Amino acid sequence: MALLEVRDLSISFPGGSGRGSALSKAVDGVSFDVEAGQVAGLVGESGSGKSVTSLAVMGLLPHTARVSGSASFDGRDLLAVPERELEGVRGREVAMVFQDPMTSLNPVVTVGTQITEVLRRHTGASRRAARDEAGELLARVGIPAPVRRLREYPHQLSGGMRQRAMIAIALACSPKLLIADEPTTALDVTIQAQVLELMGDLVRERGTAMLLITHDLGVVAGLCDTVTVMYSGRVVERADRHELFARPRHRYTSGLLASVPRLDAPRGQRLQPIPGTPRDVIGWDAGCAFAPRCSAADDACRGTELPLVSDGARDRHLLRCAHPVPDQHDQHDQHDQHDQHDQQERSA
Amino acid sequence: MTQVSDALGPAAPTTPDPDAVGSGGLWHSAWRRLRRNPAAIAGAAIVALFLLVAVFAPLIAPGQPGVPLPNSGVTPSSVPGPSPGHPLGLDSPGTDLLTQLVYGARQSLLIGVVSTALGLAGGAVLGVLAGGLGGWVDVVVMRVVDILLSIPSLLLAVSVAAVLGQRPVSVMIAIAVAQVPIFARLLRGSMLAQRGSDYVLAVHSLGVRRRTVVMSHLLPNSLGPVIVQATLTLATAIIEVAALSYLGLGDSNPSTAEWGRMLVNAQSRLSTDPHLALWPGFCIAVTALGFTLFGEALREALDPKGRK
Repeated sequence: MALLEVRDLSISFPGGSGRGSALSKAVDGVSFDVEAGQVAGLVGESGSGKSVTSLAVMGLLPHTARVSGSASFDGRDLLAVPERELEGVRGREVAMVFQDPMTSLNPVVTVGTQITEVLRRHTGASRRAARDEAGELLARVGIPAPVRRLREYPHQLSGGMRQRAMIAIALACSPKLLIADEPTTALDVTIQAQVLELMGDLVRERGTAMLLITHDLGVVAGLCDTVTVMYSGRVVERADRHELFARPRHRYTSGLLASVPRLDAPRGQRLQPIPGTPRDVIGWDAGCAFAPRCSAADDACRGTELPLVSDGARDRHLLRCAHPVPDQHDQHDQHDQHDQHDQQERSA
Repeated sequence: MTQVSDALGPAAPTTPDPDAVGSGGLWHSAWRRLRRNPAAIAGAAIVALFLLVAVFAPLIAPGQPGVPLPNSGVTPSSVPGPSPGHPLGLDSPGTDLLTQLVYGARQSLLIGVVSTALGLAGGAVLGVLAGGLGGWVDVVVMRVVDILLSIPSLLLAVSVAAVLGQRPVSVMIAIAVAQVPIFARLLRGSMLAQRGSDYVLAVHSLGVRRRTVVMSHLLPNSLGPVIVQATLTLATAIIEVAALSYLGLGDSNPSTAEWGRMLVNAQSRLSTDPHLALWPGFCIAVTALGFTLFGEALREALDPKGRK
């Protein structure tokens, strides 16, 4: 059994545009797993429902949100446990790193206090022990002069350092699962790479599972074991990382990959944008949400609800598409060799 | 620039960035802006002078307050003018005018500060309940505050004085009760604004208890406007103390020096000796101006929109 099993998660908010009682759906029947000690990627563009999904798992959605489905963590359904019990889970067993380190730290409380607060809350450590632990944590996330930094306020730290501090706070109680919601989006490109590497190292050495939410396929390629692609509040494709990058079957995924520049692409090849814009989530109907932007769409896509099914021979590759991208053997053999080559290089 | 220093690794400068956003930086930059603002300096100087006079009243005043001098020379048509022992002359009950003014500062400060502190405390409790807990607590508390707000403060003062008698305490309570709604609404609004911020979501995601989130995260971040309001309210309170005693609702003890009652006493001699009314009026106006100037400057300094 996976550490986190999200099943049929649907989230809607009251107050659609126009009619008063309308509900606007943000997430519709999303299911995915995060295995213990693994990194699972949740990919999608803005508005695809990935952040809302993570907030629902943490129980941090506003009270007005209607949530259904289940999110079983270590055998407990996080969507069903009472708030008081959830407070004990948050921070200790599941922790979260947010997108913007500039605003996610309390500006009037010292960095040290913000770390020790969590330690003392969940481990009952003494003030002194928590202080020492906090210093070690800051040192571990690569903040120079950690003991001095404990006494400083967030505005005295740079953006990259603040995100490192956020990571230290999130990992303070050694949670089993770390949810990272676009952890590098607000950072400079050079810092992005450092912070991602740090997060990868930390979760690996602690055996922490991570749910990495991002719109950046480059981030996914570097860190994730499995990838779930969301579009307009639904999961459209799910596969192991190498499988997904080598053989994207859903038209949206392949479109995304075609729109990202690659170093190994032939010279002069143009990037392929996906035509159109993401649809307004309000006003769902049966059928594929991507159909209006899809070159292969026909009546089969629009009329009926498509299930998330496994892709023939590979049962770990799931997709929701009536006309998947044909499995191009030539191309994927090439990619396989490429991947193997990659792995050899990495292990060497 | 800050991010580059991170990329370069250790020894990033620890001096606060002058443009730093966030409240730690906010207080720093507020202080810097305050020092550069002439109105703030003028206000602070007046406030400081007022405080010094009030605290050291026995050292400054030439006599004892509320003690009519024997053979004062006060006649129904005139009061004695300045003389060596009495720089400002005597007032109508035959007491030294300067002494009354100096001790009056003490009374104004005492009642002003105590009533503002009471109002602030009451307003803070209600504001934290409403803004921190939200939900039905918010609705109930804010309706109570609305009811308080609908009662004219003067009427409230009359009722409190009628119930508690004409004592300084009843003046303090009357003024404080009138202030509670102001602080409660301000703090609630400020906390509501903070509640939606990222760091509150972040501390919630760490399992920090709700009480702790409200008291050690929301509250400190919401206090800025409340502090400004307290400064401004002090000015109002000082005027109200005078107003209440002018209306005969203040301290009934005649030996207590009080600017408002000095105005009442001076009223009958306004045509012959206007200085008896001018001096206490001047003191009330200047003190209130001092607190207002300082409070306004503080508000400007803390206003994020004004920062460059």
